[in-house]
Amino acid sequence: MLLLLLGIIVLHISVLVLLFVSTIVSQWLVGNGHRADLWLNCTIPVYQFRCITSSTNEWLQSVQALMILSIIFSVISLFMFFCQLFTLTKGGRFYLTGIFQILAGLCVMSGAAIFTVRHTDWHPSTDNASFGFAYILSWVAFPLAILSGVIYVILRKRE
Amino acid sequence: MGIPANAGRAKPFLFSVLMSTMVLTPTLAIKVYTANEIHGTVGSKIKLSCSFWSNEWISDDISITWHFQPERGKDSISIFHYAKGQHYIDNVGSFKERIEWIGDPHWKDGSIIIHDLEYTDNGTYTCDVKNPPDIVGRTSQVTLYVFENVPVRYGQVLGAIIGGVLAVVLVVLLIAYLIRYCWLRRQATLQRRLSAMEKGKLRLGKDSSKRRHQTPVLYAMLDHSRLTKSSEKKSRGGLGDSRKDKK
Repeated sequence: MLLLLLGIIVLHISVLVLLFVSTIVSQWLVGNGHRADLWLNCTIPVYQFRCITSSTNEWLQSVQALMILSIIFSVISLFMFFCQLFTLTKGGRFYLTGIFQILAGLCVMSGAAIFTVRHTDWHPSTDNASFGFAYILSWVAFPLAILSGVIYVILRKRE
Repeated sequence: MGIPANAGRAKPFLFSVLMSTMVLTPTLAIKVYTANEIHGTVGSKIKLSCSFWSNEWISDDISITWHFQPERGKDSISIFHYAKGQHYIDNVGSFKERIEWIGDPHWKDGSIIIHDLEYTDNGTYTCDVKNPPDIVGRTSQVTLYVFENVPVRYGQVLGAIIGGVLAVVLVVLLIAYLIRYCWLRRQATLQRRLSAMEKGKLRLGKDSSKRRHQTPVLYAMLDHSRLTKSSEKKSRGGLGDSRKDKK
């Protein structure tokens, strides 16, 4: 039981870490001497980084919003889990925790999907940029979040 | 302070009064406030707000002037003037019949509205207020940008989405809890009734002679209270309830 509990918490925290990293790290798009994320557009010249704030495109803003929302939901879910761990009656299911975690997963999914489809709107497609690791991490975070959410819903509280 | 030592008693008093009036009547100039930058769309109207602060009373000689300097022009032209309770609007230039006066000097407001925006309205608008004798002070400038569609500002959509989704989740949670609460309460009352029935049944075992002629009363009551659990339970146990009600 303790092992299961530990495993769930580790899974949840790793989802959170993935979400944070993919939201913050400037590696969503990498090209020759150029990289961009949700917040900054950086070029790598000879001397130093030069970054400008990303465009105010509506779709980019919605990707930003969805990533932040997924972090918020995941944090709420972790919080709920600890609350429910102590308050839930024996045999109860962690519905609330699971729902929030699944919501976080859905947010990441829609954010990454929008980014995939719409990134040419604010990023010139001329310089053949490819998706960076932060983008991949966000796609990895999606199934993990859904998985941990489903585990929460299936799980029954024992003593 | 330069007061002669041999001056009379009244003299320093007079001097101090003079000094205090000079201090208390601040030499602060009139202050005019406008926004820094405003965005408008072609064809719509936009309000150029201008407020001011003056330490003097608002005199009848107050004048408010709006100047306009086109984006690539050097000269600024007057497009609006208010003086002695009258307002004068540009009726020859490019703003002909497009300016509306909505300010009120007594409320320290010198705002105007420009209707039917055009691209040529791009430029700097200067609000200039003089409230004699308070005439020293800077004017305030606002730059107008006319767009086809006003561009989305940074964080606007972001905030809207985050706020909206969080609000929706909160409302859904609230409704879910309310429904669950109501359901639990109904369940609790049902439980109470059932337990009351059980008690009644136990007591009924002793005096089962009354059972026969009380049954019709029981049925009537059950129809009324819509207990849709297992029907046999009702017919068996409800009797006690009716008995209890009677007591």
